[in-house]
Amino acid sequence: MSEIHGEILIKGGFIVDPAQKIDGDVGDIAIKDGKIVDKVSNAAKVIDAKGKVVMAGGVDVHSHVAGPKVNVGRLFRPEDKLFKSGVAHAPTRMEMGFSIPSVLKTGYDYARMGYGFVMEAAMPPIHAPHVHEEIHDTPIIDEAALPVFGNNWFVMEYLKKGEVENTAAYIAWLLRVTKGFGVKVVNPGGTAAWAWGMNCLGLEDNVPYFDITPHEIITGLMAANEYLGLPHSIHLHQNDLGNPGNYPVTLASLKLAEGVKTHNKFGREQVMHSTHLQFHSYGGDGWATFCSKAKEVMDYVNKQKNITIDLGCVTLDETTTMTADGPFEHHLHALNHLKWVNVDVEMETAAGVVPYIYDKDVVPNGIQWATGLELALYAKDPMRTFITTDHPNAGPFTRYPRVIKWLMNKKSREAVLASMKKMDKVIDATTIHTLDRELTLYEIAAMTRTGPAKCLGLSSYYGSLKPGMIADVAVYDLNYKNMPSDPEKIESAFLRSAAFVKSGEIVVRDGEVLSHGHKKTVWVNPKMKENPQVKRDIAESFAKDYTVGLTNYPVREYLAPHPFVIDVDVEA
Amino acid sequence: MATVTLTPTKTPELMLEANSITPDAFAGKNAEQIAKLECREGKTYVTIGDFFTVAGNAGATAAETDIVIAGDCTRVKYIGSKMTAGTVTVNGNADMYVGGWMKGGKIHITGNVDSFCGIAMEGGEILVDGRAQNHVGCAYRGDWRGMRGGTIRIRGDAGNDIGTFMLGGTIIIEGNAFIHVSTHAEGGTVIIKGNVEGRVGGQMVKGTIYVFGEIKFMMPGFKKVDSIELEVDGTKANFDHYIGDLGERHPKSKGKLVFADLYVKA
Repeated sequence: MSEIHGEILIKGGFIVDPAQKIDGDVGDIAIKDGKIVDKVSNAAKVIDAKGKVVMAGGVDVHSHVAGPKVNVGRLFRPEDKLFKSGVAHAPTRMEMGFSIPSVLKTGYDYARMGYGFVMEAAMPPIHAPHVHEEIHDTPIIDEAALPVFGNNWFVMEYLKKGEVENTAAYIAWLLRVTKGFGVKVVNPGGTAAWAWGMNCLGLEDNVPYFDITPHEIITGLMAANEYLGLPHSIHLHQNDLGNPGNYPVTLASLKLAEGVKTHNKFGREQVMHSTHLQFHSYGGDGWATFCSKAKEVMDYVNKQKNITIDLGCVTLDETTTMTADGPFEHHLHALNHLKWVNVDVEMETAAGVVPYIYDKDVVPNGIQWATGLELALYAKDPMRTFITTDHPNAGPFTRYPRVIKWLMNKKSREAVLASMKKMDKVIDATTIHTLDRELTLYEIAAMTRTGPAKCLGLSSYYGSLKPGMIADVAVYDLNYKNMPSDPEKIESAFLRSAAFVKSGEIVVRDGEVLSHGHKKTVWVNPKMKENPQVKRDIAESFAKDYTVGLTNYPVREYLAPHPFVIDVDVEA
Repeated sequence: MATVTLTPTKTPELMLEANSITPDAFAGKNAEQIAKLECREGKTYVTIGDFFTVAGNAGATAAETDIVIAGDCTRVKYIGSKMTAGTVTVNGNADMYVGGWMKGGKIHITGNVDSFCGIAMEGGEILVDGRAQNHVGCAYRGDWRGMRGGTIRIRGDAGNDIGTFMLGGTIIIEGNAFIHVSTHAEGGTVIIKGNVEGRVGGQMVKGTIYVFGEIKFMMPGFKKVDSIELEVDGTKANFDHYIGDLGERHPKSKGKLVFADLYVKA
C-alpha cells in the first residue's frame, strides 16, 4: 500500500488518543514503513516530543477544497488573493488566497495544522474528473469526495416509486464511475425545485414535476445507504439553511433517523451525519428576533445516538460562501448585494457562490458565531460532534485552531463577545455567556480525529495511534500538564504543528512544510451485482438527456493515480 | 523635514516593483540603509540601490520625509503605494499603481502615469501633470470596495474605468476621458472637464459626476430632472441634472429612494 520506507520514533510526548482511551500519558510512538508499529530499531529517526502533545493526524469530515464550485470562487474573487500571496521558498511552491486558497496552499495549510485526511464535501458527479484533478494537485493530504445525490433525477424517480434497491444500484454505479466516497444530500428536493425558481423549505414541500418530498428523499437515501452498507452514512445538509426559525425543520429531519438501524462492517454507528448544524439551529421569525436554538437542537442530538453532527462554526472573517444549495445562495445575494454565481448542473445539482463578510458588529453574525460554539459546548458526546467551519462557508479551515481556542478557553470567548459593538443584543439571543465549560485536549482529539474517522468508517486507518494505523501523527507545542494561560498560544500551537508525520514521512517541522508527501485519493467501490433495469435507465438517459456520452462520463484512472480503494461487498 | 533624492542609474530590464519607495519605508533610515531596501524585478529580489543613487537621509517619521525622484520612472511600479504621510515627487513619468491603497500624504508626478493610479486609495492627494492611462481611482479587480477618500487630479486626459466601485473621495480629470466613469459607485465625486465617450455612471447607486464637455453616448438609465447653477472646482456654470442609474437597486433615506447625480454642463 505504501511506498514509504523507514523508521521514525516520536519520543516522550503526552499522548492523547481517545480511540485507546489514552489521555495525556507520556510515551513513544513508533513508525515503520508508513504504519504505526509497536517498536522500532535503534536506527529510527527520532523526533523529540518531550513536553509536547502527540495526537493522530487530523481528519476533516466536511470541507470544500476541490472542484468546480471552489474554482469558480477562486476565479471570481481575485481580491481574495490580494496581498496574501507571498513568494515561494523551496521546497514549497507559490501559495495564494485566504478563504479559497489555491490547491497547493490548501495542502500545505492542512499539513501545517497536522491534518492528514480531508473530505471534499460536495462533488457534482458530471464534474468528478475536475474534482479529482484538483484533489491530485493538492499536496500531502489524503482526500475523498462525496458526490451529491439529494437532487439527482434518477434518485427522485426511483424514490418516488419507493424503489430502494434501484436507488442503491444507481448509487453504487455512480460511486464507482465518479470515484466517490459516499452519499451527500444537499437541500434535498430544494435545489431541484430551484430549476423552477422555487425551493423546499419544509420536509413536506413538494418538488415540482417529480412529485416527491424532502422527507421521502432523506428516508429513501438513508435506506439505500444502509442497504449498500457503505463506510459513511448519508451526509445531510438540511433544508431551510441559514434562515431565522429553521430549527423545527432541523429537528424534524434529525427525527427521520429514529429507529433506523445501521448496517456496515466499518465500525460506523450512525445512520445520519448532519453537517454544519450551526446554520440549522436558529430561532426567531425574522432577523430582528433571530436567536440561537443550539440548546434545543443539541438536547435532541445528545439523546439520539445514531446521529453525528459537525459544527460549521462562524469565525467572523471575510469569506466566500459556496454550496450546492442554489436557492440559498440567491437568497444570500439578495441580502448582501455582493456578486453571485449560479450554476445548474444538468440532472444532478445546482450550486451558487457569493462572498460574505461575517462582521462581529452585525448582530445576526454575532449570534451565528455564538451558535456554532454553543453546539460544541452542549455536546455530551465529543465522538459524535466534529469541529468544522464548513470551509469556506462560515470561515476558512485555517481558523480551526481559533475555534479550538474558543472552545478550550472561556476567557477568549468572552473577549470576542466584549469586542462586539452590540454585545448586549448577542447575549440576549444566545446562551454562550452562561457556558463555563472548557473542552479538554482529549475532547478536542475526539472532535477532530477519532470521531470523524469513525463517522466516515475509516477508523481502522485514521484517527488513532494504535499499531497498524496509517502513520499520520501530529505533534503540537502544548504542555499537557501545564497548559498556557495565554489562549493565543493554543491557537498558534494548533496552527503550526511542531512536527507532522504523514503516512510515515516527516512533512512538517516547526510549522514549515518539508515535502510534498505521498497523498492518496480514497474512494469506495461497492460490489453489487448488476441491476439490468438501472443499467438500462442510465443508458437511456445518457442517450436522451445528458450532454456527454456514457463512455466519457467516468473518471479515468490517470486522474486519480494514487488510489486507496475501499471495497464494499453488498449482501443483497 | 528631510529630503531623500533618488536618481535613476539604469532602466530595469523588466519592471521594477518598488513597493518600498514610500516615506513610510524610508522613515528613520539613512541613505545607505535606503539603498538596501528590497524591491522585486520579476521573480528576483533587487534593491533600490541597484537602480538609483540615493542622496540624503530620511526624517524620523514618514510625515517628516520628502522623496524626490530626479528622473524618469516609466518602468517603476507601486511608487508611494500604501503610504500614510510625507510626500513623493517624481520629475518624469511613472508606471502603474502610483499611490495605490495610499492613506495619506502627497504624490506629485510631473509626467504621465500608467494605469491603476490611486487604486483603492483611502486618503491623501495625487497630482499628475500629464496623462493617466486606465483605472484611475478604481477598485482592485473583483473587489466591491473602491476608492474611499482623498483626491486625485489628472491635468491631462485619462483612459477608461475611472472610479469603479467608488465609495468616497474625489477624482478630477482636467482633460478628456474614454468610457466607464463611476461604474457601480456608491459614493464619491468625479469631475471631468473635457468630453467623455460614454458609459457614464453605469449601475451607479450613489455619488456624483460632473461633466463639463459632452457625453457622446448617454446611459439610458439616467433621467433628466432639472437644470441648476453650480460652482464646481472653481468654475460657475449651468448644469443639466440627471439621476440614475434607474436600472440599479437604490437605498432609501427618509422614505425616499437615493439616486446618483450626474451634472452635464448645459
